Amino acid sequence: MTIKEIQEEIVDEFSMFDDWMQRYEYMIDLGKSLPLIDEQYKTDDNIIKGCQSKVWVHADLEGDILSFTADSDAIITKGIIAILIRVYSGQHPKDILDADTNFIDEIGLKEHLSPTRANGLVSMIKQIKMYAIAYQTQIK
Amino acid sequence: MQKTTLDIQAIRKDFPILSRTVNGQPLVYLDNAATSQTPKQVLDAIVDYYSGYNANIHRGVHTLSQEATDKYEQARATIQHHFNAKFAHEVIFTAGTTHGINLVANGFSSLLKKGDEVIVSALEHHSNIVPWQMLCERTGAVLKVIPMNLNGELEMDAYYELLSNKTKLVFCNHVSNALGTVNPIKEIINAAHKVGAAVLIDGAQAAPHIKADVQELDVDFYVVSAHKMCGPTGAGMLYGKEEWLNKLPPYQGGGEMIAEVTFEKTTYADLPHKFEAGTPNICGGIAFGAALDYMNAIGFDAIAAYEHELLEYATAQLLTVDGLKIYGTAANKTSVISFNVGSIHPYDIGSILDKLGIAVRTGHHCAQPIMDFYGIPGTVRASFSFYNTMEEVDVLVAGVKRAVAMLQ
Repeated sequence: MTIKEIQEEIVDEFSMFDDWMQRYEYMIDLGKSLPLIDEQYKTDDNIIKGCQSKVWVHADLEGDILSFTADSDAIITKGIIAILIRVYSGQHPKDILDADTNFIDEIGLKEHLSPTRANGLVSMIKQIKMYAIAYQTQIK
Repeated sequence: MQKTTLDIQAIRKDFPILSRTVNGQPLVYLDNAATSQTPKQVLDAIVDYYSGYNANIHRGVHTLSQEATDKYEQARATIQHHFNAKFAHEVIFTAGTTHGINLVANGFSSLLKKGDEVIVSALEHHSNIVPWQMLCERTGAVLKVIPMNLNGELEMDAYYELLSNKTKLVFCNHVSNALGTVNPIKEIINAAHKVGAAVLIDGAQAAPHIKADVQELDVDFYVVSAHKMCGPTGAGMLYGKEEWLNKLPPYQGGGEMIAEVTFEKTTYADLPHKFEAGTPNICGGIAFGAALDYMNAIGFDAIAAYEHELLEYATAQLLTVDGLKIYGTAANKTSVISFNVGSIHPYDIGSILDKLGIAVRTGHHCAQPIMDFYGIPGTVRASFSFYNTMEEVDVLVAGVKRAVAMLQ
């Protein structure tokens, strides 16, 4: 699936929820259930420190496909990470660079991606894009 | 049942913001230690200034300038009397607490030498740590730290051992922003003076709750921010004893702070103008005065007594939440409760409380050394003001219970 298709699928899933409670419960479930990163990659090199919560990101390139694993010490942050990983992981670096995060607005989680929230998520997306730039040059 | 004689509902009507909703819920504002809300009496002062007599001060011969100057200097006098400073010129208008601390730290650059020691407490906000670290880097002075115990109180025995004739400066907050501990500053000041050291007290968190008397405390410097005590952001006070303010060199150069300028030499203005370069935050200073008038009309004793009631009730109610742990259990504390529930991350609780219209602070509260001491990433901090109600405490406790049920 393309990034756009995955984003539409997520927007579709979230449209079934009636209120914020259900959205948050879903994210908390995502945050709880997914093993997101191999412990060996939870290193200081991979850490993004926010004032509020920490995020770890690790990237792997196989062929021309870039995959991500990530984690956070806060569960809601982790739930959003799970959604972002679903969107960005397993894609071509160029497609990752071209993608936007507007779908986050549509699923009602905009506030968590605010730069002022200092939860590491904005920096995480920046980091994902940096990896995509770096690996794109490798592929060439 | 609440004992206060204050009419809290009438007080709440003074604060327009308290009647708004957040995420479809009535706002429950419990982030007062970060910034307090503004009553209409202060808002009126701001509007009156800009709609009635906005002008630059201390230099115009025209009527508006004179009126603005009079109001600004009246505000200085109000602040002087509130903190019981001996002279009005010991009150320096600043942009806030951080500005005041930096002004003093910068001034001491020329007064310290290598090997001198400065003492800071373990309970400080980053703004009362970093400027002194920078000062030590510039001068070669050594920074020493008064340790704290698990209750969030300073280890005074250790403080006495740190003091020596090498000690030149001691910095401590009156009240800890992260934990609410009221520090024994009178004892800290007296002991520092015995070895000839100067003391700066960061009063940012104390000023909304405790009326400090700088002469009675015999403190050398006392700094506050207006926005924590019903005033506007970008305004604050540095109190300094006249003798110390005369010893310190100017912080910034510019207009207002000079007596005479030629290209060969400039002579500086007298206090307080020596430290007030450029056009100041005139409106902010005047509104700061209006905020003090507002709070004094209610009365600091009544405010402190009611906030203590809120603290006791909130503490008891929060402790009914399974697994809730309060950080900062000093015998003497202001109406601040820092807590975590089990291993739930404070960000998660704060995010859900926000959805319920409840504003709290989460994170390390710009006091990372304290969080490191407890080995936690941060806390949820609820801080109460005199316009909060017992019903709002109930909303908070119900919100925390709901968040915990979702997150566990």
